[in-house]
Amino acid sequence: MTESHANLSDEDLQRFREVQQLAYRCAEAIGARLTPGTSERQAAAHMKTWLLDHGVDDWFHQPFAWFGDRTAFRGFIGVRHMGGFNPAFYPGNRVLEENMPFILDCAPSMGGYTADIGYCGVVGENKLLDRLMDDLMEHRQLILDLVKKRTHLSQVSQAVDRLCARQGVEPRHKAYPFQVLAHRVEKLADDGEKQHTTIMNFGVRNISELIRDRVKGLREGWSPLWSSGHGSDHPPTPGLWAVEPHLGFRDVGAKWEELLVVTEDDAFWLDDDVPHVRRWMQRGLWQQQAA
Amino acid sequence: MTPEKTVKSGDVELAVYTWGKPGTKAKPKPVVVLVHGYPDAASVWKDTAERLAKKYFVVAYDVRGAGRSSAPDHTAAYGLEHLVNDLAAVVDEISPEHPIHLVCHDWGSIQCWEAVTTERMQGRIASYTSISGPSLDHAGYWIAQRLRRGSPAGLAQVARQLGHSWYVGMFHLPGLAPLAWKSGLDKLWPAILEKADGVRPEASETQLSDGVTGIKLYRANFARHVLKPQERRTDLPVQLIVPKRDKFMVQEIWDDLPQWVPNLWRREADAGHWIQVSHPQLVADWASEFIDFVVNGKEPTALQRARVRPERTGKKHSGKLVIVTGAGSGFGRETALLFAEQGADVVAVDINLEAAERSAELARLLGAQAWAKRADVGSAAQMEALASWVERELGAPDVVVNNAGIAISGSFLDTSTDDWERILGVNLWGVIHGAQLFGRQMVAAGKHGHIINVASAAAFAPSRTLAAYATTKAAVRMLGDCIRGELAEKHIRVSTICPGFSATGITQSAKFVGLSEEQQAERRDKVTNLYKRRNLKPETIAKAILAAVEHDTPEVPVGAEAHGLRLISRFLPGLSRRLARVDLAP
Repeated sequence: MTESHANLSDEDLQRFREVQQLAYRCAEAIGARLTPGTSERQAAAHMKTWLLDHGVDDWFHQPFAWFGDRTAFRGFIGVRHMGGFNPAFYPGNRVLEENMPFILDCAPSMGGYTADIGYCGVVGENKLLDRLMDDLMEHRQLILDLVKKRTHLSQVSQAVDRLCARQGVEPRHKAYPFQVLAHRVEKLADDGEKQHTTIMNFGVRNISELIRDRVKGLREGWSPLWSSGHGSDHPPTPGLWAVEPHLGFRDVGAKWEELLVVTEDDAFWLDDDVPHVRRWMQRGLWQQQAA
Repeated sequence: MTPEKTVKSGDVELAVYTWGKPGTKAKPKPVVVLVHGYPDAASVWKDTAERLAKKYFVVAYDVRGAGRSSAPDHTAAYGLEHLVNDLAAVVDEISPEHPIHLVCHDWGSIQCWEAVTTERMQGRIASYTSISGPSLDHAGYWIAQRLRRGSPAGLAQVARQLGHSWYVGMFHLPGLAPLAWKSGLDKLWPAILEKADGVRPEASETQLSDGVTGIKLYRANFARHVLKPQERRTDLPVQLIVPKRDKFMVQEIWDDLPQWVPNLWRREADAGHWIQVSHPQLVADWASEFIDFVVNGKEPTALQRARVRPERTGKKHSGKLVIVTGAGSGFGRETALLFAEQGADVVAVDINLEAAERSAELARLLGAQAWAKRADVGSAAQMEALASWVERELGAPDVVVNNAGIAISGSFLDTSTDDWERILGVNLWGVIHGAQLFGRQMVAAGKHGHIINVASAAAFAPSRTLAAYATTKAAVRMLGDCIRGELAEKHIRVSTICPGFSATGITQSAKFVGLSEEQQAERRDKVTNLYKRRNLKPETIAKAILAAVEHDTPEVPVGAEAHGLRLISRFLPGLSRRLARVDLAP
């Protein structure tokens, strides 16, 4: 396949895939090392160090970590305020305990290619988390199916909301800035610098791209912030979308986040070899779905 | 009854009785051993044994000192360790290869607690059904813990139990109790039982000697174990049958049992102490249900409900059984989940079984036992089937939430007879069926239950576009007011919940008469969006339902609009009628 996807070559996609795999390797490595007593800040710092050690030179956002009921984004963390900017997102002093769910979320850039991933797990056992992680499989399939059919993005997001209602879970991504189910990710210039500026943990170059997309989208009738609202009443825009359905039930939340590649007439997940898909396969859920 | 054989246990000869045929090597059959209490003999099991013998090989024996077994003179010979040895001797003789299932009553149960919690018979017992006889050591800890904590409620429980155990003290006085038996108590005994417990077992030839000799059981063991208790634990599956009218036992005596017995099931029966005489079929049914479960591993619904889960105690609705209709979404699902969180077990009923299953699964994840059932609440036959399943498997419910409802909107003149029948079926007949069928069960079981009917603010707010819907809801409200009056004397409470505009599945499935399918879809989306903006969450209605149960509130409007419309209908009926003319459709 040599055609371009919104000016992305196959080689570009391969580089994006490599960064996404790196980010997931980081989450898996740090997740496996988590023990009761680790704080969110320590976990986020471990991820940051790991990624910098592996050649990361910029961020969409620096690593986040949420433990326990903070995974469900209820209460303060779930409040929309300050124009969608919510300081409760930042990793805090919450300490991990046995059987407590955790979410690790990081978005590193390397050589101009960016990943944005979400990974969840538990030290011990948490049946609610297992349930939610299983439930997330249907969302991955639903989103892809609808985007392939060129369904308007707002309607895709509303379909996700309805699936949540049917599953009896809350779409907690509504607590993200601008209630986004997904956001755009663009290729940056590879300037060879070893590090780049971040403000409040967000990478200036990536956020600038998002703002540029927003301005461009206003002109062209689309939005880089994909939600259930009117702003997303448009067919899938070709390019890369970091999709992050986040389900919550009571004090437990679960999510994954990966890049969806949208072309002029098709869509596909950048990579199927991701931890949550491997998990569904191990649990015998994946084949059923493919059948 | 004639003994089948005699088994020697040391110097003592035990008279053993059997019912049914033993299994063969190729086709082994579970062996059930029945152990009687005081002042009975093996004959007290006759009716139960005959019933159990249809499926199992059933064995009972006269405990030493009772019936046709020998009676050692020394009090010390009646210590629990000797009684356990006797049981072991019988089991070794009858079922040398396979572990047996114990069903024990009163003193039989006391001694079998010793058998299941000590090493002597390890591997020889598969399950234990215990009726009205606690471990003396558990009882010792039970008393000590309450005395140590010193809380008034705990002390009162101890005082009440001691009150029920007055005869134990008497038995320790020299001469008195034997004298009573010898002065004719043995002849009076059947009449006393009939008066006290409503049972009339066959008169026993050995009643006098059983009564006199058995006193040694108390003298040999009571003080030794109750005053200096040892820790007694078992991992065996234990089923506790608690007769609620037992005159010798307070029900709280079993409260601490989970600390010693992790695999515990508890069932209560409306019966007196001699339940195996008054209700032999019930005891046989429960015993065999438990034995079959232990043998094949499949836990029937009734046992799922009966399983004791200490982590679920101490919550606001612990131990209650709650039925919720329309539990597959919206208010119903949230209500089921909230009850589950607060300790109750739930039956999630919905016309969409898959949705009900999902609610039940979520309830289970919150720690409840939960069952999903499909029923069209408007169908008398389906609701009767549901109610009889509930009664048979789970017993009468504590709370019934008649929540299932549908919506029809539009001109009265355009509303068809079919539309009317559909909405009356679900919204009104559904409530009638639910309230009546489960109300009857509550009355029959003597349950001080609660019936919740979900109406709507439309029950008191007339509207030109809601003729059918509002009429059904007003009827539900009136129905609740009437049956509240009737059921008050039975201590069954009735509440009507009147929610305002809340976005649930009902707006997405509402029918708008006089519109094309396309127009309807558009209208549905508009109404859903409007209700979403109102943001009255199903969770809020669910919380109101739980509060209505907790505070016994007859009518609960939920949301500012519900309160407002209620006030208008009461104090400004003219305005209410004016508002009814406004077409509120978006």
